Amino acid sequence: MTTELICAGFGGQGVLTIGKFLAKAGMKEGKNVSWLPSYGPEMRGGTANVSTVVSDEAIASPIVSFPDILVALNQPSIDKFAASIRAGGILIYNSDMCPHGCKREDISIIKAPMVEIAKEIGNQMVLNMLAIGIIIGKTDIIRYETMEDDLTSFMKSKNPELLELNLKAIKRGIEIGKQ
Amino acid sequence: MAKILMKGNEAVAEAAIRSGCRLYFAYPITPQSELIEYMARMMPKVNGTFLQAESEVSAINMVYGAAGCGKRVMTSSSSPGISLKMEGISYIAGAQLPAVIVNVQRGGPGLGDIQPAQGDYFQATKGGGHGDYRLIVMAPASVQEFADMASEAFDLADKYRNPVMILADGMLGQMMEPVEFKPAKTDEEIADMWRQHDSWCICPNEDGDKKHHHEINSLEIDPQVLEKHVNNIYKKYAEIEKNELHFEEYNLSDDNEILCVAWGTASRVVKSAINELTKTGKSVGLIRPINVWPYPYEAIAKAIGPKVKKVYVFELNTGQMLDDVKIAVKGKVPVDFWGKVGGIVFTPAEIKEKLEACF
Repeated sequence: MTTELICAGFGGQGVLTIGKFLAKAGMKEGKNVSWLPSYGPEMRGGTANVSTVVSDEAIASPIVSFPDILVALNQPSIDKFAASIRAGGILIYNSDMCPHGCKREDISIIKAPMVEIAKEIGNQMVLNMLAIGIIIGKTDIIRYETMEDDLTSFMKSKNPELLELNLKAIKRGIEIGKQ
Repeated sequence: MAKILMKGNEAVAEAAIRSGCRLYFAYPITPQSELIEYMARMMPKVNGTFLQAESEVSAINMVYGAAGCGKRVMTSSSSPGISLKMEGISYIAGAQLPAVIVNVQRGGPGLGDIQPAQGDYFQATKGGGHGDYRLIVMAPASVQEFADMASEAFDLADKYRNPVMILADGMLGQMMEPVEFKPAKTDEEIADMWRQHDSWCICPNEDGDKKHHHEINSLEIDPQVLEKHVNNIYKKYAEIEKNELHFEEYNLSDDNEILCVAWGTASRVVKSAINELTKTGKSVGLIRPINVWPYPYEAIAKAIGPKVKKVYVFELNTGQMLDDVKIAVKGKVPVDFWGKVGGIVFTPAEIKEKLEACF
């Protein structure tokens, strides 16, 4: 199986990191992965997106034109990429920053006030972990345990409190993804 | 060793250090800056030398000097910066010295843009610098291959005493894929490699015969001497053309109706299109030159199956490798070309459409 994702949002929202953690977890589970960021003369607040592929087979092109999953953290990301989601695909979006949403009916749409939920958990920075949690809850691309092991391995000694918040965000995401 | 998720730019730097590269001179430029950053961070940890030169011209001449001393040395840049290095590269080839040059190509000509492109094929494989010389040119298509090529490039450079270029692009530099590294060479192994250069390098190492010094030069003012020198270099190139052909065959079969030829990043997009077409019963094969000099002319000629009605070349330029494919095909079947420029990478859907139109 091959899953192609695009994660998009404002620079600084952590969209590149979402793709990176998914790719890393996929790799740790023995899958083939690729992570291809948009890059250019952009800065915090500009647009950023990343194509991530997680596959049981060798990955030919790392460029994703028709994603199975789109994670959109702001409205411009929906406007730019939602039309290209494969029929039957998944759109996960941050309803706090996507006032117009998406009108497609041939895809599953999961919306959540991600900024609000992240604040509730205790730190806006965990918004991207919330998004990863939703993906884990909704699909079986990667497992929660892989994420927990990975985060624990580099965060436990440095910042155990942030680790807890991150894990809490993923778990909350999983609940949302399962609904 | 476990796999690590890494950018191409970082992976090639790590692999170079593991291969015994202890000297690196460069000047920053997007989209290869992670390479120079990685070297800046890691070289001091292995007692190596990292130096950010004041310009690319200066960096390549530092490479010339270090290579003359018999050490493994590398520089890297992106297209406009590589142009600046061309004079020095010609001197290094003329003086028959081993060095590795990485080009993470971006859109051109001129300053162009910073997105992936393959517009430096002519420059890398047909010259760029002046005079009769060749570079061995390796073209990776994945992060793993980019890393593996670092050690192969150093070995080839040493074997033939000739500069080797790794011709990547912004996509390979910026993307992350899992990579597995070979074990790092030990200090003793590195010293041993250096000793093997005693017979020609300018300053033999501590164990070497210090009574002898060698002259490193690319100036031969006597035409008779220069003629002999160039002919000798060309004997070496004939050996390289015999020994270092390297290519990948993908989905080749007697049922192929189209044969594609693509290199580097472009080849990956073509593979995706081929996979899609295979599902609909359309048979398309691909030859991917891995070394683009020496060029696998014969392999391409051989890959043209009995049903092939067209050879299709796809590149991220206006058709530079196309000339080599035409030489290989010798007019036996029509050769078509489609490419994208400006730093825009074509998509699998676009390639699929082009191929479908041939059936």
